[in-house]
Amino acid sequence: MKNSPLALPKKPFSFHGGANTPHYKNTRQKQSEIMPCPEQVVLPMLQHIGKPCKPCVKKGFSVAVGDIIGKDTGHISAPIYAPISGKVTKITQVRLANGRLYDAVVIASDGEMRMSKSIKVPVINSDTDLIRAVHDSGLVGLGGAGFPTHVKIDNHQENKCDTLIVNFSECEPFITADNREAVENTDDVLYGIITLLRYLHVERAVIGVEDNKPDAIKALKAAIEKSCDEESRHICVLKLKSRYPQGAEKVLIKACTGRTVPPHKLPVDVGCIVMNITSVGFLGSYIRTGVPLISKRITIDGSAVSEPKNVIVPIGTPVKDIISFCGGYKEACGKLIIGGPMTGIAAPNDDIPILKQTNAVIALNKKDAVQPPVTDCIRCGRCISSCPMRLSPVLIETAVKMKNVASLNRNGISLCMECGSCAYNCPAHRPLVQVIRMGKAMVRNTSKE
Amino acid sequence: MEEILNISVSPHIKTKNTTARIMLDVIIALLPAMAAAIIIFGIRAFIIIADTVFAAVLSEYICRRVMKRDNTITDLSAVVTGILLALNLPVGISPAIAAFGAVIAIVVVKQMFGGIGNNFVNPALAARIILMSSFPKAMTTWAVPFYYKSGEVDAVTSATPFVIHNGGGEVPLKDLFFGTTGGCMGETCALALITGFIYLLIRRIITPVIPLTYIGTVALMAFIWQENVLFHILSGGLLISAVFMASDYTTTPINTRGKVIFGIGCGMLTFLIRYYGNLPEGVSFSVLIMNILVPLIERATQPRFDKKEERNV
Repeated sequence: MKNSPLALPKKPFSFHGGANTPHYKNTRQKQSEIMPCPEQVVLPMLQHIGKPCKPCVKKGFSVAVGDIIGKDTGHISAPIYAPISGKVTKITQVRLANGRLYDAVVIASDGEMRMSKSIKVPVINSDTDLIRAVHDSGLVGLGGAGFPTHVKIDNHQENKCDTLIVNFSECEPFITADNREAVENTDDVLYGIITLLRYLHVERAVIGVEDNKPDAIKALKAAIEKSCDEESRHICVLKLKSRYPQGAEKVLIKACTGRTVPPHKLPVDVGCIVMNITSVGFLGSYIRTGVPLISKRITIDGSAVSEPKNVIVPIGTPVKDIISFCGGYKEACGKLIIGGPMTGIAAPNDDIPILKQTNAVIALNKKDAVQPPVTDCIRCGRCISSCPMRLSPVLIETAVKMKNVASLNRNGISLCMECGSCAYNCPAHRPLVQVIRMGKAMVRNTSKE
Repeated sequence: MEEILNISVSPHIKTKNTTARIMLDVIIALLPAMAAAIIIFGIRAFIIIADTVFAAVLSEYICRRVMKRDNTITDLSAVVTGILLALNLPVGISPAIAAFGAVIAIVVVKQMFGGIGNNFVNPALAARIILMSSFPKAMTTWAVPFYYKSGEVDAVTSATPFVIHNGGGEVPLKDLFFGTTGGCMGETCALALITGFIYLLIRRIITPVIPLTYIGTVALMAFIWQENVLFHILSGGLLISAVFMASDYTTTPINTRGKVIFGIGCGMLTFLIRYYGNLPEGVSFSVLIMNILVPLIERATQPRFDKKEERNV
């Protein structure tokens, strides 16, 4: 650490645009429940951004909790471990919420949850050790993106990052899984942060948290206060305004450090590492126990769910099993959202499994599943004033309609992070995110030619 | 689960705000001006407003039916057009002429260009100008405030503050503020219009950029030309146009830089027409001309995110 470390921020910097989405944090105060082992789990070989894993087990293999079943195939990839003990019944293909087919390992449970002998506590003495341990843990960005964490911290070596930003804004409506992580697993979160600071030689850590989580803020502050580690003096909890999309990477960096990530640049270019709080918490527990990423805390909520709650489930558990654990559907389900309602993906059915990066399942009833009718654009400009990237969605929509790729580029379509603030705020309810995705495909196809 | 669930692209929740709700807010913001018109110019003001609103909504309904398009009268935009047109007419106008204006506004200016969001000029303003050139006499016969109390119904005419001003006279500012002068029904009472403006700002229906740059430019020019600044702000159709016409979403630039240019342009044209032109009042024409320039302003002020090298190609 340098002699004069960077000062910890006292007040957040504000950001442009956004949306006043409702909070619906119904499960904020409820203790998470651990779901009993499901009959079978389905483990798709793509649970991260990057190259899919290759199954390293065959039909009939017997596996224990923590055995590797999917080997990473490239640098940007992360291994997948057996979350339950039992027998591999088949290697099959499943369709995920994004509509594509992937190889998947299906394990039938023997109900024993036998732990693997390969689990051992990692020994960490240097940054290389830490990066290897993170790789072996199978950790990916648990906030939803699923970018392999070891790649993220590997990059930060040469880039001289000075700030670790722990993303605890959880700005999506309904989701409280991060909130529960911070309350129930405070020590691991802090241990994770301290380890990262210590071995990555980062000067300070800022936990960016929206002000609608007072209990978690209290718990984190108390834990930092109590800690005797030298690093804990360089950690602060920064209360942010509860406004969507406070947790979007670039928005959060701006709010926590005042730095603007230039177009087409990464957080490392402004000296920041951004990690989700659940990722950090998992890292803390992995370093203590050596148990790889095999389970996940999921928020189950929405108007069609009988008992909304946070559930800790083995990865690969089918959604329908978790819903039945939550008392089943209260009324007919009209829409099943994997993730939050602002950026989540609508799933075609509830057979699909939970992945590493899944943080919520929102089941809406038939009434809430229907979108309001789309009317003509009145050029009110609300999409422009709500864009955190200062784009003009209305102009992009026109350009998509005209198939004008030059105009799409001029309007910076590639900078759109699809947060959905524009589409949320549009009084004509125009499907702007959908149109922008079409536009991005247009740009991609043109550059290929 | 056998059936396939509802699938759509995110976001899966949307604002409860709608176009109709925005239009309702505009109507609420116009209530003080309508009330002032009825108080100052009598029940006849109410009849004209009802007349134009009815004509506007009916012609929108028929037009959409004939064009085999979705019915849009529930978005209330035709109601707003009807009210705005009525407020820009003298109270003595014949209901038939007023209704004709409303039909022109909806059918020719709005629906023929594709309906809400697609018209290139403000329907109410364009209709007013068409009526002014078609019926110049009826459109410039102004009733005396509270004429209805005197019992006489016909031929009570007054001059607008601008006619008085250009003839060398002065109108007390108090009359301008409370609207007890001659003029169009809705434009005379500054108090009512400012109340509506504040409501629109509080409800975040409009940003103050265009009204403030517009009025500010007129005030600045009046100051430079050594005219009475307050008189220029309070008289004529400046306030109603700046608040309700020049801030119309569809016919003004969408980003702030464009809005500033638009407001300044409106202000300059208004003052130049007032000071040098033959017309006593230039507000409608100024806004209309700037409406037509909007595509050019938009092109000049569009943000550009492409790289510098590509821009030179």
